[in-house]
Amino acid sequence: MENSFFLQAIIYLAAAVICVPIAKKIGLSSILGYLFSGIIIGPFVMGFIGSEGQDLMHFAEFGVVMMLFLIGLELDPYKFWKMRRFILGMGSLQVGLTSLVLFTCSSIIFDWSWQTALTISLALSLSSTAIVLQTLKEKGMLQTSVGRSSFAVLLFQDIAVIPILALIPLLASSSHIIPEEDLHHSLISNLDGWLQTLIVTGVIATIYFGGKYIIVPLLHIIAKTRLQELFTASALLLVLGVSYLMQIVGLSPALGAFMAGVVLANSEFRHELEGDIAPFKGLFLGLFFIGVGASINFRLIIDNPAFILIFGFILTMIKFFVFLGIGKLYNKKIDQNFIFSIGLSQAGEFGFVIMSFSMQLNIIPNMLANQIMAIIAISMIATPFLLLINERLIDPYFGVKEKDSNTYDEINENNKVIIAGFGNFGSTIGRLLKTNKIPATILDLDSDRVDSLRKMGFKVYYGDATRLELLKAAGCENAKLFIAAIDNPTVNLIVIEMLKKHFPHLKILARARNRNDAFEIIDMGIKNIYRENLYSAVHLGIDALVYLGHRRYSATRQGQRFIKYDEDAIFRLAKKRHDKKAFMISAMEEIEMQEQLFKSDLLNPMGPDDHAWDSENLKKDT
Amino acid sequence: MLIFFFFTTFKLLKYNPNYTLSTTNCQLNPMSKNKILILFAHPLFEKSFANKILTEHIPDSHSITFHDLYETYPEFDIDVKHEQELLKQHDIIIWQHPMYWYSCPPLLKQWIDMVLEYGWAYGKYGLALQDKVIFQAITTGANAENYSAEGLHLFTIPELLRPFSQTAKVCRMEYLPPFVIHGTHKMDEQTCLEKAASYAQLLMYFTNNEIDIRKIQEFPYMNDWMQSKNI
Repeated sequence: MENSFFLQAIIYLAAAVICVPIAKKIGLSSILGYLFSGIIIGPFVMGFIGSEGQDLMHFAEFGVVMMLFLIGLELDPYKFWKMRRFILGMGSLQVGLTSLVLFTCSSIIFDWSWQTALTISLALSLSSTAIVLQTLKEKGMLQTSVGRSSFAVLLFQDIAVIPILALIPLLASSSHIIPEEDLHHSLISNLDGWLQTLIVTGVIATIYFGGKYIIVPLLHIIAKTRLQELFTASALLLVLGVSYLMQIVGLSPALGAFMAGVVLANSEFRHELEGDIAPFKGLFLGLFFIGVGASINFRLIIDNPAFILIFGFILTMIKFFVFLGIGKLYNKKIDQNFIFSIGLSQAGEFGFVIMSFSMQLNIIPNMLANQIMAIIAISMIATPFLLLINERLIDPYFGVKEKDSNTYDEINENNKVIIAGFGNFGSTIGRLLKTNKIPATILDLDSDRVDSLRKMGFKVYYGDATRLELLKAAGCENAKLFIAAIDNPTVNLIVIEMLKKHFPHLKILARARNRNDAFEIIDMGIKNIYRENLYSAVHLGIDALVYLGHRRYSATRQGQRFIKYDEDAIFRLAKKRHDKKAFMISAMEEIEMQEQLFKSDLLNPMGPDDHAWDSENLKKDT
Repeated sequence: MLIFFFFTTFKLLKYNPNYTLSTTNCQLNPMSKNKILILFAHPLFEKSFANKILTEHIPDSHSITFHDLYETYPEFDIDVKHEQELLKQHDIIIWQHPMYWYSCPPLLKQWIDMVLEYGWAYGKYGLALQDKVIFQAITTGANAENYSAEGLHLFTIPELLRPFSQTAKVCRMEYLPPFVIHGTHKMDEQTCLEKAASYAQLLMYFTNNEIDIRKIQEFPYMNDWMQSKNI
């Protein structure tokens, strides 16, 4: 079907807009929504788009690049360094073991040449960064130990793509069967090996120093123009430029973007860049998944369904068990390990890249490469389902049982207080209540933490507090007080929303990370909001006043007054926010709000508002 | 009656961010008879006139512990054990505070409520404070003549301080008449300095001399006894 650009865009967007909300509504991840919309508009169902699905996917791989740029931005070098054990250890173990097992199996079963088998094994050992990270993000698990381990493995894989892509041409030349005329060369692949290495090192150094000494000053200049769209443009240019540079020297663009992100992570533009790139990332990733869906060649599957389905199944199983073993080695709790292993059990987008690359090199026959691509796509589709199955069926019975007989279905305490989220914040509350002999039902999603807390004598239940069944099981119907103290503000908000809807009688005390979070919680009609930073900041301010010579008691009273004043101000501003009909608070508006606060601070001079113990007026009288 | 404390090096609790204490007076005296604990309560010390001068002139002596309650417990979270330990280590307790509404500032009341525990300070076995000497050093904005049956405030200072004297009595302490500075609202600095010097002299006298409790109790004000003794 030949369509104009507009019609194409309309088809993609419409498919996404229709399918993703439906997927969400059923409780599936957005990735599945995109994948299905791809399948539906693809050549085998509706046929709106034809083979261009493949092209679309190459184009939309840019979403993966952007995602890695964003990940880089969020990862400062210190954290990166702290994770090196996992990145190198887990990552190399996984790629090595998985490829080895796949290579051995396929060599035994099929009559492939060893080059073919090796290429396919390597391609399939890599997991899908896009699917895994997006899924973890949606589940709010990026910061848990599962999230960190998954990320470490994915990062290693992203790095491993480089030597793999470098290795494949060698396989081709050693087999001496392919004409090399139409090989897809990177710009420097004709040069000597040592020169290539030198150039690659040079490019990486360029990204590092360029980011530090050219890009940041450049962004300064652009920021001064105060043109928001120009900043967005330069952010896009930056990511595109780095990716292109990496592609020229034959490295993974995603890796380059990641490095650029890390370099810029310490700059003051970090959040600005994040905010600018994020929507594009989402859109491109969506397109990417649509592309994956559309490019599944169902004809191949129909022609030889047994091969593809069985191979896909075996592949997933092999990857799953390798990951399970590694997780075991790294002392993961069984339920965490399941999420980790299932999450990473698919083959990834790099598989597509390697396949198309080796097709060009004639290492792999066209037919087989297409079949492998279909397998990759199927395994990608399977992941969200497998996770869903794990979450709904396996985890409740298997995962939690290991700890105690108290699975979250069996919480039978009828405590008056429920605390959701038992990180630093929630656990402090729990301790305070405990020292006052008030038993609380505690919900937490990090099973490592749940375990260690149980050892310390807390009754902590493992579970996702955004699920209605769990909230019911935790006794929300009979409880008096719900303390929403989950680390992830988005998840916290979802929980509050659920509670408001299903348990309106429940008094909610909500933790808010900052003013913006507080606004959203206010919008839900919650009055008891506790901003994490307000109280400690005011206490620090009180001490500052004392060190500057103020009497401690007067400083304390000023602090108390300030807290009251600021708490009032936030309710005032929350209303104002709606007057402006602002849907989202951007960084600019945050600054504007800050200004408003400062202004009203000036209007309300914070001197003592009472005359207690002050005899000045009395003296005048007498 | 007199408890002789041999010399112990007790850490001074002076905490004065706004001013330095005068170091003019008496160095450490190994012969000191009494250790004095001044429990100072002023919620708005930075704006005070008389109490600032008064505290500035408290002698810097190892026998005198100045304890600024509002600076130590801005959130009224009094450390009872610590306070009781302090009381144990001293022979003479002084509640130094301005008069607010015929009473002490709220933190001092909080201190009384919390520290003077049953079974420790009073009750059958509450003997910890037995025979210790206690009195008040107070300032009033109004002049002395207001504190009489004919005056604005209708009652005399000792009458108004009954809750305190009674508290001391229940704790088996010897309550002495208060050291009073009246008329701080209209006081000039010179007069106040003189009062402060006299307060300092009183403190030094008490650290170095045995106290004739019965004799002092005959006077309505500590100031009157001092006059009779020419201190």
